[in-house]
Amino acid sequence: MPDVIGWVSYASFFLVFASSFAIVVLGLNLQWGFTGLFNVGVAGFVALGAYTSALLTTPEVAGRLGGLGWPVAVGWLCAMVVSGLAGLVIGALALRLRHDYLAITTFGVAVTIQLVANNATVLTGGPFGVQFIPKPLQSWLGTGLPWTLGYLALSLSLLAMVYLALERLVRSPWGRVLRAIREDEAAAASLGKRPFVFRLQSFVIGSMLMGLGGAVYAHFVGYIAPEDFLPILTFQLWAMLIVGGSGNNRGAVLGAFVVWTFWAAAGSLLRGWVPQAEQARAAALQVVLIGVLIAFMLVLRPRGLLGEEVAVSRADTGT
Amino acid sequence: MLQILADGLVIGSVISLGAIGLSLTLSIVRFSNFSHGELLGWGSYLALSALAVFTATRESLAAPLGPFSFGWGLLGALLVSTVLTALLALALDQVLFRRLRSQGAITLVIASFGAALALRNLLLFWYGGVPQYYSQNLQIAIPILPRSVWGGLRVTADQLLVLALTLATVTALHLFLRHSTLGRSMRATAINPSLARVAGIDPERVLRATWIIGGILAAVAGVFAGITVQLRPTLGVDLLLPLFAAVILGGIGSVWGAVLGGFIVGLAESASVSIVGAEYRAAAAFAVLILILMVRPTGLFGEKH
Repeated sequence: MPDVIGWVSYASFFLVFASSFAIVVLGLNLQWGFTGLFNVGVAGFVALGAYTSALLTTPEVAGRLGGLGWPVAVGWLCAMVVSGLAGLVIGALALRLRHDYLAITTFGVAVTIQLVANNATVLTGGPFGVQFIPKPLQSWLGTGLPWTLGYLALSLSLLAMVYLALERLVRSPWGRVLRAIREDEAAAASLGKRPFVFRLQSFVIGSMLMGLGGAVYAHFVGYIAPEDFLPILTFQLWAMLIVGGSGNNRGAVLGAFVVWTFWAAAGSLLRGWVPQAEQARAAALQVVLIGVLIAFMLVLRPRGLLGEEVAVSRADTGT
Repeated sequence: MLQILADGLVIGSVISLGAIGLSLTLSIVRFSNFSHGELLGWGSYLALSALAVFTATRESLAAPLGPFSFGWGLLGALLVSTVLTALLALALDQVLFRRLRSQGAITLVIASFGAALALRNLLLFWYGGVPQYYSQNLQIAIPILPRSVWGGLRVTADQLLVLALTLATVTALHLFLRHSTLGRSMRATAINPSLARVAGIDPERVLRATWIIGGILAAVAGVFAGITVQLRPTLGVDLLLPLFAAVILGGIGSVWGAVLGGFIVGLAESASVSIVGAEYRAAAAFAVLILILMVRPTGLFGEKH
């Protein structure tokens, strides 16, 4: 039954990618969906996490910094810390200003990280990227399908943990303050909540999740290069959030799987229809297609597939 | 030293012209238009196509004019491109931005980000990724100062023309915004939209004018970038960060601020090439941006919000 094995293997590859994206989209949802912070440099934060974990866990390579050979779990933690720190610095600079500034600054972060990834060859391997990123559990599960399934289980359980933690967080008093600030900053401030502090916390936690998603992706593929983190990635992630429904964690996860399916299907259709010589041009059309999808979604169904739940305050009739 | 200054002014011309349009959109349509860079890219390629049509009909249009690398054909192509790019900006507003305006600035920003990707990839699809040029004529830089004086200075006739035309365009725009009725309406709308409306200014007309002016300036900037550097589909996204840095440096809504900001970012870029190397050129704009956010987020000529 080679077909079934091939199919299962393809499906699990697909699902691992989708779940690593879903972790990132959950982070983006915390920033945008619950706090109203517009991050245009998502790919930069993802790249930061992926590169951090890769550099810390890969075996030593002559002529390149990093290669410390640390355990993968430590690499993932450090990925979250480094992306979070980047979020802290950028947030501290831009979050006090008009919202456009955050968009422009985060865009700058993504551009700059792309530059460093491409040019700081001593650290990042330049355009050739980082290879031999260790795949966790491989000594235990081998290299074939069992490992892919094992990694799928790992990334799905991480996704579930992140989802549950975020659900608790946004339903806590802290989450209510976030939404209050998003809806009416002056009212929230008048109740003694400092909008800047809450925004900064939300932005940093979101950035950490983006770093984690990047690390999960890097250790699955085993190889990362600057071209994995182009602006198109930012846009795919945004498309996932908008299609799924921002302000709703289930929507964010659903959107990740739906848009990734759409993207993969569009890619394989174009590959099937378009002659070999025109493949590069067809890839450009694939991007146009997703651009059109998001524009349609914004115009026709701005709340996404699953919109934000309407929160109705219960009147306190106790007295 | 002088060479860095001259190169910076030439790059700065392109950034300035692009930044003015971006700044006007930010202050009048009130959102950060991430697709503005693509208008520059489209402007440059539309001129390339117009030029191909012109030279196919009359060979003589390609003959270089005096010391310049291009002929009358490119000047005609520039005019065609300004019209088409302005139409493109209007069309984009009509099919996308207008429909989303009621949903707030951030939805517009997301939409513009999507539009940018779609526009850029259409360019890539039609024209391919290989850099192109308006003219294959090689231009020899004229030595203005010998190497012994502050490292010397060499410029091409094209570069001088670009600089002169930029200053002429900016002056014309300044006169238009200051003295014409439409220009005054635009400034009024930027400062206080509701008051402008009460005073009988038609907001739709002002928005249209903003897109048209932004499109025209973007086409001119794109063609200038094509003349002084090259045409490539990533022109728009490569210039986006410098454009935003120039707008914020100059202060949102200020035309002269955008011009000055553009020249400063251009100088920072050309200085960075000699300090840290050409590969980090784009980071110079980011450094300027971070610096201005730390020191004076309202920009040089910006008003407090």
